[in-house]
Amino acid sequence: MTDTQKPVTDITTDYDIFAPDFVKNPYPGYTEIRESQCPIAHTERYEGSWLPTRYDDVVAIAQEYETFTSRQILVMPPAAGRTEGPYAAVGAPPITSDPPDHHWHRRLILPVFAPQAVAQYEPGTRDLCNALIDEFIDKGVADAASDYAQHIPVRVISKMLGVPLTMEDEFTDWVRGALENITDAERRIKSFRSIVEYFIGEVQSRAANPREDDFITQLMNTEVEGKKVPIEYVLGVCNLMLVAGIDTTWSAIGSCLWHMAQHPEHRKQLRENPDLWPTAVEELLRVYAPVTMARIVDHDIEFQGCPMKAGDRVLMAFPAANRDPRQFENPDEVILDRQNNRHVAFGSGIHRCAGSNLARLELRVALQTWLERIPEFELIDPTSVTWAGGQVHGPRKCMVKF
Amino acid sequence: MNMKVLLDYDSCHGHQMCAIAAPDVFGSDEIGNAKVLITGEIPVELHTKVRRAESNCPERAITIIE
Repeated sequence: MTDTQKPVTDITTDYDIFAPDFVKNPYPGYTEIRESQCPIAHTERYEGSWLPTRYDDVVAIAQEYETFTSRQILVMPPAAGRTEGPYAAVGAPPITSDPPDHHWHRRLILPVFAPQAVAQYEPGTRDLCNALIDEFIDKGVADAASDYAQHIPVRVISKMLGVPLTMEDEFTDWVRGALENITDAERRIKSFRSIVEYFIGEVQSRAANPREDDFITQLMNTEVEGKKVPIEYVLGVCNLMLVAGIDTTWSAIGSCLWHMAQHPEHRKQLRENPDLWPTAVEELLRVYAPVTMARIVDHDIEFQGCPMKAGDRVLMAFPAANRDPRQFENPDEVILDRQNNRHVAFGSGIHRCAGSNLARLELRVALQTWLERIPEFELIDPTSVTWAGGQVHGPRKCMVKF
Repeated sequence: MNMKVLLDYDSCHGHQMCAIAAPDVFGSDEIGNAKVLITGEIPVELHTKVRRAESNCPERAITIIE
């Protein structure tokens, strides 16, 4: 039997992040681990990993980047063949970088993602959301995930990169192949190669015909200490834009619409008090944080009584940390005007999600536009909603009527 | 009541939650890290927002001096 088929005996020693129940709703499992004698669980599945579930532990590990490195950041070991071949050196900087390179890997892209820089994408994102709603509003039913949420980040990122919107289906397929079908090694490798080969083509086309004001061109022309950045860096950042910028934000938008479909009181609260939007978005990010990252232990260490060995994988369960009652009052409750909210949906420390300001903008605009156009809606059948999980958690089918 | 804010620039990693909570007091520098916009006395009407900024910073980079 494969790791995903064996029933879980004890969640603190044998958790399975790809078990169907866990994929659908991981929160009861996180709570069970967090409140047990072993709040940092361990499993032998998928070549083994540790799973801290308390806020303080997750944050402490995120801050200790020398001990808990980003040599690998996916929740699964790399697929066979990923570390070989001509593209082996292409990562997803700065997520996959450690200091000292991490500093310049991150410094170069941060200005593009600062709040004042991403603000320019707000009108286009609003137009795009409206155009998607135009397609289905007269039908009275829609799939909030696949008719709406899924299309938003991929189009914003394509525009930002300066690549044609016609690539949407391929990008979506590759990203899902890389992140969602994570137990299908062949598809993971194929998806990764497709991404790299596509961007090699984009780089070559710009080398032959230089363009102005284009993110990929800017990356290609960037110099560090008087030298152009290596091609692996350019390709790596493009890879990052897809794998970190699409599935994640679309999952958050989908989860929030799934929530809103079931909570008319929250729709009403936002309608009556639009000033609540900024804190409401942070609260929704806390409760529906989509992303779990990983770290690789650098050297043998005992952390909170756990004997971690060099090379061990640690899963950074930000969604679990965000629901720790030691940090958040009534953590499973959505309180749109929550006062104290040091949530870590975007991580903590030097690897804070570089695209967080863009993600936040997309999430707010997607929800605002939907609620303006479709103020009242509900799930058609709560049991028919399907979910992705493991690395990125969010609905993939979510039929609603209005 | 007097209030000032101190920002630990080494701890800030640009979550921008302070600027969301108190946009008159905190902004963004070129790379998206926090910038203090009011270095002197914080007007009384902004105190509540500043407290929220402090209690929303995931890096605990903000200190309020009263």
